[in-house]
Amino acid sequence: MATNALMSLFGRSPIQPLQNHMQTAVTCAQQLNEYFKAVAQEDWLQAEIIYNEICALEADADKQKQGIRLHLPKSLFMPINRSDLIQLLSKQDKICNSAKDIAGLMLGRKQVIPKAIAADMKAYVKSAIAVTIEAKVVIDELDELIGSGFGGREIDRINRCITKLEKAETKNDQRQISLRAKLHEIETSLPPINAMFLYKTIEAIGNLADYAQSAGEQIQVIIAR
Amino acid sequence: MDILSEYGQILLILAVILGVFMAWGVGANDVANAMGTSVGSGAITLKQAIIIAMIFEFSGAYFAGGEVTSTIRKGIIDPLTLQGTPEYLVYGMLSALLAAGTWLLIASILGWPVSTTHSIVGAVVGFAAVAISVDAVHWGKVGAIAASWLASPLLAGAISYGLFRSVQRSILDTDAPYENAKRYVPIYMFLVGFMITMVTLVKGLSHVFKDAGFSLSYSEMCLIAALSGLLVAIVGSLMLTRIKRNTETGTGDSYADVEKVFAVLMVFTACSMAFAHGSNDVANAVGPMAAAISTIKSGTVTATSSMPSWVLLAGGIGIVAGLSTYGYKVMATIGKKITELTPSRGFAAELGASSTVVLASAIGIPISTTHTLVGAVLGVGLARGIAALNLRVIAGIIASWAITLPIGAILCISFFYLFKSIFS
Repeated sequence: MATNALMSLFGRSPIQPLQNHMQTAVTCAQQLNEYFKAVAQEDWLQAEIIYNEICALEADADKQKQGIRLHLPKSLFMPINRSDLIQLLSKQDKICNSAKDIAGLMLGRKQVIPKAIAADMKAYVKSAIAVTIEAKVVIDELDELIGSGFGGREIDRINRCITKLEKAETKNDQRQISLRAKLHEIETSLPPINAMFLYKTIEAIGNLADYAQSAGEQIQVIIAR
Repeated sequence: MDILSEYGQILLILAVILGVFMAWGVGANDVANAMGTSVGSGAITLKQAIIIAMIFEFSGAYFAGGEVTSTIRKGIIDPLTLQGTPEYLVYGMLSALLAAGTWLLIASILGWPVSTTHSIVGAVVGFAAVAISVDAVHWGKVGAIAASWLASPLLAGAISYGLFRSVQRSILDTDAPYENAKRYVPIYMFLVGFMITMVTLVKGLSHVFKDAGFSLSYSEMCLIAALSGLLVAIVGSLMLTRIKRNTETGTGDSYADVEKVFAVLMVFTACSMAFAHGSNDVANAVGPMAAAISTIKSGTVTATSSMPSWVLLAGGIGIVAGLSTYGYKVMATIGKKITELTPSRGFAAELGASSTVVLASAIGIPISTTHTLVGAVLGVGLARGIAALNLRVIAGIIASWAITLPIGAILCISFFYLFKSIFS
C-alpha cells in the first residue's frame, strides 16, 4: 500500500514548527544583551563573535520559515486562516532580521556608546528583549488554543498574555523616550554622524520590540476569524 | 440446471475461495482504516486493536451483516429475470468477486483510495446491465445506494461535528475540563453501547428470535439497549477511576490528562467502529458468495431463499485471517502516521462514522467505511479541532468513485463472458 485515504488526510501541523521558529527568533534577539555588553566594553573581537552567532540564528530562522511555507499547500484545511499564519510567520521573522541589522550596523562602524547613556542603553535593550519573550509566551499558547478547540477560556488566557505583552511594549516605549532625551542632552558633544547613528540604533531597537508585539497580537486576528 | 449439476462442485469451491479471498482483502487493508485512528491516538495498542477487531468485526458481520448481504444478493438485480438461466447468476457473482478483487489489487498498488463496496456494486450492476438486460437492474435501489455514498460522509461529518462541539462546550471549554471529562464521558459510552445493542436487536437477532419463537416489541428493545448502554457506561466509569492525573487544573498542559480520559472512551468507539465495519464491509464481500452458493445448492434462482449462516461465518474468518496475516502491518503504519487525531477528536470521528455505517447496515445499504470515516474526520476539522487536514484526499475519493464503477463493471463483464465460455 503506497498511500491510504485516511493516512493522506492528515497534513503536517504547522503549529509546532511555527513555535520553533519563534523560539529561534527570540534566542537571536536575546544575543543583543551580550552584544551590547561587549560593545560597551569596546571589545570588538567579542562583539564580532556574537554578531556571527546572531547571523547564524537568523539564517536558521530563515530556513525554518522556508520549510513552513513549503508545507502549507493551498489544499491544507486548518482551523487557522492560511494567510494569517503566513503573516504571523513573517512578523516573527522580522524580529531576528532586525536584531541582525542592529548588530551589523554597530559593528560596521565600531559604534561606541557614550558613557553617559551606557546604562540606559543596556536597560533599553533588555526591555526590548522582554517584549519578545512576552510575545513568545503568546505564540506558545497556539497549540493549547487548538487543543481546547478554540475554547473561550483559552482565549481569555491568551488575552491576558497579550495584555502583559502590551504592557512590556509600553514600558519599552517609555525607556526609548527617556533615552532619546538623554542623548539629546549630550548630542552636541558627540561627532554629528555618531549621534545620528545612535538615534538610528535606538529607533531600530524600538522597531524590534514593535515587531514582537505585532507578532503576538496576530494571534488575536487568528482568534477573531 | 444441467450446468449447475454438472459443475456444481467446482463452482461452489470457486465461490468459497473467491469470497473468502475478498474477505481476506478487506481484513488486510480496510480494517486498518477503521482501527488505525484508535491506534494512532495512543488509546489502544496494536495488539489490543487486533483483538478488538477480531471480536467485533466478526460479531458485526454475523449479527448485523445480513441486510447488506441480501441487498448485494437480490436487491440490485431482479432475480426473476434470471429464472431460466440460474447459472448466469453464479457466473455473474463469481465475476463480481474476481473483478472487485483484481481492481482492489491494482488500486492499492497504485495507491488510490478505492473502496471494496464501490467495486462490488459497480461489478454487480455492470454484469447485470450488460450481460442480462438493462431492466434486470433495480435502478431505483442502485440510485439510492449511489446517493448514500455522497450522503454517508456528510452525515458522519455532521454527527462528529456535533459530538465534538458538545465536547467543546461541556468539557474542553470549562474551568475544570478534567473533572467534567470524567463526568460526561460515560454518557458517550452509553451512546456507544445503546447504538450497537439496538442495531443487533433490531436487525441481527430478529431471525434468531423468530426461530426460538418469541419476539420483542420496539420499546422492549429500547429498554434492553438502554440497559446494555448503562452496563457499558458503568464498566467505562470503573476504567476511568484508574486514571491518574499528573497536572493540576489551570496549568498549561491540563489537556494531556483530559485526553487520557478520552483514551478510555476510544476503546469503546474502536469496538463500535469494528462492529460497524464488520456489518457493512464483510457483508459486501460475502454477498456475492452467498448468492452464488444458494443458487448452486438450490439449482434455481429464488427471491426468498435464505442464506446459510456459515457463509457469514466464512466471511468473518476471512477477515480475521486478513487482519492477522497482513492487516496488522497496515494498521501499525497508519497508527504511526495518524498522531494528529488525539482521543478527544478521534472518538468523535469514530462514533460519527460508526453510527452512520451501522445505520446504513441496518437498512441494507452498502457504503464505504473509509470514506465515511474521512467525512467524520473532516467534520471534526470543521469544528476547528484538527491542526491540518489535506483536502486533496477529497478530490482523490471523488475521482475513485468515477473510476471504480466503470472499471468494476468492465472487468466483471469480461470475467462473466470468460466463465460463460468455460462452463457453458
